[in-house]
Amino acid sequence: MTATTERPAPLNPARPPAPAYKTSRRAKRHAQAIATNKPSTLGYVFLVVVILASLFPLYWSFLIGSGDSSTINRQDVDWMPGGNFLSNAAKVVNDPSVNFWKALSNSIIVSTVVSASVVFFSTLAGYAFAKLKFRGSKGLLVFVIATMAVPTQLGIVPLFIAMSQWLGLSGNILAVILPALVSAFGVFWMTQYLSQTLPDELIEAARVDGASMIRTFWHVGVPAARPAAAMLALFIFIATWTNFFWPFIILDSNNPTLPVALSLLQNNFFIDYSIVLAGVLLSTIPLLILFVVAGKQLVSGIMQGAVKG
Amino acid sequence: MTTQSLAEDREIRRITFSHKLNRWDMKVSPYLYISPFFILFILTGLFPLLYTAYVSVFDWHIIGGQGDFAGAGNFEWVLGQDKFWVALRNSFSIFLISAIPQVILALIIAAILDQNLRAKTFWRMGVLVPYVVAPVAVALIFSNMFGDQYGLVNNALGRIGIDPVGWHSQVLPSHFAIATMVNFRWTGYNALIFLAAMQAVPRDYYEAAMLDGANRIRQFFSITIPSLRPTLIFVIITSTIGGLQIFDEPRMYDTTGAGGASSQWLTITMYIYNLGFGPAGGGQFGRAAAAAWLLFLIIIVVGLINLAATRTIATSGSRSSK
Repeated sequence: MTATTERPAPLNPARPPAPAYKTSRRAKRHAQAIATNKPSTLGYVFLVVVILASLFPLYWSFLIGSGDSSTINRQDVDWMPGGNFLSNAAKVVNDPSVNFWKALSNSIIVSTVVSASVVFFSTLAGYAFAKLKFRGSKGLLVFVIATMAVPTQLGIVPLFIAMSQWLGLSGNILAVILPALVSAFGVFWMTQYLSQTLPDELIEAARVDGASMIRTFWHVGVPAARPAAAMLALFIFIATWTNFFWPFIILDSNNPTLPVALSLLQNNFFIDYSIVLAGVLLSTIPLLILFVVAGKQLVSGIMQGAVKG
Repeated sequence: MTTQSLAEDREIRRITFSHKLNRWDMKVSPYLYISPFFILFILTGLFPLLYTAYVSVFDWHIIGGQGDFAGAGNFEWVLGQDKFWVALRNSFSIFLISAIPQVILALIIAAILDQNLRAKTFWRMGVLVPYVVAPVAVALIFSNMFGDQYGLVNNALGRIGIDPVGWHSQVLPSHFAIATMVNFRWTGYNALIFLAAMQAVPRDYYEAAMLDGANRIRQFFSITIPSLRPTLIFVIITSTIGGLQIFDEPRMYDTTGAGGASSQWLTITMYIYNLGFGPAGGGQFGRAAAAAWLLFLIIIVVGLINLAATRTIATSGSRSSK
């Protein structure tokens, strides 16, 4: 980390700031030292508390999930986990009405297909909106952005009529995938990114060299879009993985996604919460692994989106 | 000589042809690139929205399908239901209990993260962990911790001599518990959004304020908050849209999905769900569609009010600094 090199110089408010014309780097350093004070111990303590609070519910579900049905009823909480996590997890996995493995593979399929599709269509459309001139581009983009504010639940009844009664896809994961194939947010995201990072000169140079539009897109647009596309894929993957409302309506216990399976688990084992919370943890582990691998990208994705949004 | 001019001629013809092709390519390509998105979007996004309006003016049941034209009948029926108003009250209450502390807490966390911390990435990732826990999972964990009888929270309260709270049986406590779930998942996320905006504030502002003798608290209110105005508006609008639609957390707060014995924590979206797809009294598509439209209108109105309010708050902050 660069943290050590960025440590601020001792602060002396009485001293005037170093003149900017001398060495810009020193001046910058100095300004930074003035502006960003060394964080107080209280700041660190506060952050530690926040992070402990963020982790506590997960630890709590491990605590309960590794105990037995009596753990929850104890007045004195035993803060050390018990030894039953694996047997509880086995009960979750083996419960025929929860269909855990089916749910896991469904969640993987749905999230992967949806994020790949959203990234593909968003990059294509975002490139056109950001870098190509065509009639109606402004109006269409405004329209896309406006629809981002419309709640998805508004269309839930017709979506059910279409998916279940017209297409006969009730209980089929296609019914979850199809409505999620494109995302207005994705188009907005890619448009923002490409219009800020991809210089027009690069595209013009490729065109002068005789590259067709699609070749230019493929060899100039796509490489430039890659970082934003990766972040978009991450966000869509997590959003799809954790999505509950629509899958809960259209899917059933024979063919659930993980959140739907969790709701089934709650129904079956509401007396024995150790099994429910073992299942909660089990269903969260894949995303926790993803977080360990790609948490950095998530952080910078959120921060970039905010600057642009 | 003749062969040369012939070759030149051919060359020119080829250029004009490729020129034409090129112009056609330039004209058509943009539409080609955006059309897959728009075709899918119209089918899966726009059509259901508009069709909701159509369904909402008919007697429409899951079994019989489209029935008689009902005009405003479904809307009148929904507006005449006590449950609708209770659900509206609950949605607002949960939204307010979650949104206000969440924004304040996120601002504080962001302000601390904005300082020159060691191991920046570690802290930033740390506050984001809850984001990867699905709302359904969050709800199951917290409904356990907020158990009425043996819950962790009530046990802890008992330790310090406070009577157990009916986290499920009472109205406000149940809203508080559900708001806690929302805050758990989103506070860190919003803190990072605020952090990004804070880092975009020119550091000279702080430098100048410091030389003028403004302390950190004063700097926060006079420089940071006014500079965050667009971001504050963004966060508040998105949390309004999301917050008023809340479903996952209250639905999973107990097994029945009724929102409590006397609808203590029934939200609008749960109400819509129960009308359309609920186990008892479900399948009323016309009425569910009408309720969905009402929710949409409410969200628009509240969003506009929030927009106006955030503008004044953030602007008055910058004025008082002058």
